[in-house]
Amino acid sequence: MTIKEIQDEIVDEFSMLTDWMDKYSLLIEIGNELDSFEEEHRTEQNLIEGCQSKVWLHAWLEDDKIRFMADSDAIIVKGIVSLLIRILDKRTPDEILNSELFFIDEIGLKEHLSPTRSNGLVSMVKQMRMYALAFKTKMEN
Amino acid sequence: MIKYPIEAIRKDFPILSRPVNGRPLVYFDNGATSQTPTQVVKAMEKVYLEINSNIHRGVHTLSNLCTEAFEDARKKVAKYIGAASEKEVIFTRGTTEAINLVAQSFGETFLGKDDEIIISAMEHHSNIVPWQLLQKRAGITLRIIPVNDDGSLDMEEFYNLLNPKTKLVAVTHLSNVLGTINPVEEIIEAAHNINVPVLIDGAQAIQHLPVDVQKLDCDFYAFSGHKLYGPTGIGILYGKEKWLNQMEPWQGGGEMIQSVSFEKTTFNELPYKFEAGTPDYVAAIGIGAAMDYIRSIGLDIISEYEAELYQYAFDRLSSIEGMQFYGTAEKRTSLISFLIKGIHPFDAGTLLDKMGIAVRTGHHCAQPLMDRFNIPGTIRASFGLYNTKKEVDALVDGLTKVKQLFG
Ligand SMILES: Cc1ncc(COP(=O)(O)O)c(C=O)c1O
Repeated sequence: MTIKEIQDEIVDEFSMLTDWMDKYSLLIEIGNELDSFEEEHRTEQNLIEGCQSKVWLHAWLEDDKIRFMADSDAIIVKGIVSLLIRILDKRTPDEILNSELFFIDEIGLKEHLSPTRSNGLVSMVKQMRMYALAFKTKMEN
Repeated sequence: MIKYPIEAIRKDFPILSRPVNGRPLVYFDNGATSQTPTQVVKAMEKVYLEINSNIHRGVHTLSNLCTEAFEDARKKVAKYIGAASEKEVIFTRGTTEAINLVAQSFGETFLGKDDEIIISAMEHHSNIVPWQLLQKRAGITLRIIPVNDDGSLDMEEFYNLLNPKTKLVAVTHLSNVLGTINPVEEIIEAAHNINVPVLIDGAQAIQHLPVDVQKLDCDFYAFSGHKLYGPTGIGILYGKEKWLNQMEPWQGGGEMIQSVSFEKTTFNELPYKFEAGTPDYVAAIGIGAAMDYIRSIGLDIISEYEAELYQYAFDRLSSIEGMQFYGTAEKRTSLISFLIKGIHPFDAGTLLDKMGIAVRTGHHCAQPLMDRFNIPGTIRASFGLYNTKKEVDALVDGLTKVKQLFG
């Protein structure tokens, strides 16, 4: 599936839920199901410090695809982190660099990716793109 | 007890009746900023619509009217805090600027290498960082009064820290995280015994407790308009005349001078010496109106009402399983900090917001205190004169729902 298709799928999953409680329940569930973060990568370098919550992001290259592993101390943030990984993990640098993330707006969780929400998510997305750029440069050399 | 006019009070704050996320707003973030009553907005509107003109400048009628209103506000502040004279009331942008003024100006005049300043481990960043900057500039040393497990100050250690090198003590009156009311009278007396002046950060106290700076005998007292049902962008530094007179000005410009030539500039008298440039006179008039508003209800009656609400909230929140309070000292009021076992404050705050309940989550600009308790942050419900027990019930119901979501 393409980045767009996965986002469409996520939007579908959430569109059935009209009540905010159900939406957040699902998000919490998704957060709880996130693959566990390998402790050796819980380093200062991989830490993205928001004012309200922390995010850890680790990236590496595997067969020309970028792999991500992430975590957060807040479960709602972790839910969104989990969705971002579902969308952007195992992609080529170009796919990530050319992607447009629209799902968050469409499932009505826009406020969590606004720059004024200091939960680390905006920086995480930025960081994921930075990794894509760095790996792209590395692969071209 | 006189009946507290809660319905009438709530009508003075139109924002309280707006819905948030489809639910009636429950505003429990008064520690960050309080809401503004119509009376204050009207007073400021009146300045813009009827008398607006720069102060202390013109001979024309509007300038005189506006100057009078501005100086009248200063008198109201002086009276409200019990200052000996309005010369001791300096308008600043807020608590932060007031403390920075003292750090700069008192620091410049009186402090040098090897001098010590005592602050506490429960200070807001605004009462830490200005002193750290002074540490860099002047080489002073910062000494920190530790905080006990219950959120009170370790007074024994305070007495140990006081020594001949101490040149200033700067502590908060009421902790913005723990709600602790500090024994400022005792601190001031002990410091004065060895001729050390004391600055009190009153940002969280002035709206809840009766403050009389002469009775307290503090040397400086700082607070903000926006936590006092007044406008943003304005605050007060009270300073004893004897200190202010000796202190060097900190910002230069118009208004603060008597005469300027390239050879010699002489400074204006108090309080203008510390008010360079055109002040926010509209907000200053607003703060006067906010004090009028509080006086119209009576701070003693407000205090009593809030104390009862506080106790009710504490009792109700205690019934929630997994509840952990931060701040259980004997003397406390106005705000409650807590965590619920297994729930991150960000998650709780986000979900409460969906229910129209505004609380603050995070470190509350007091990271050293978070480190002291070894937590990333807390959930803080802070109350104001317009909050009700019904709203406390809504918070308790909200938290119960949050717990359900976490199953
Ligand atoms: C105890 C304390 N000191 C200082 C401040 C800073 O106030 P302001 O931002 O209005 O300057 C605050 C505000 O949160 C506070 O609670």
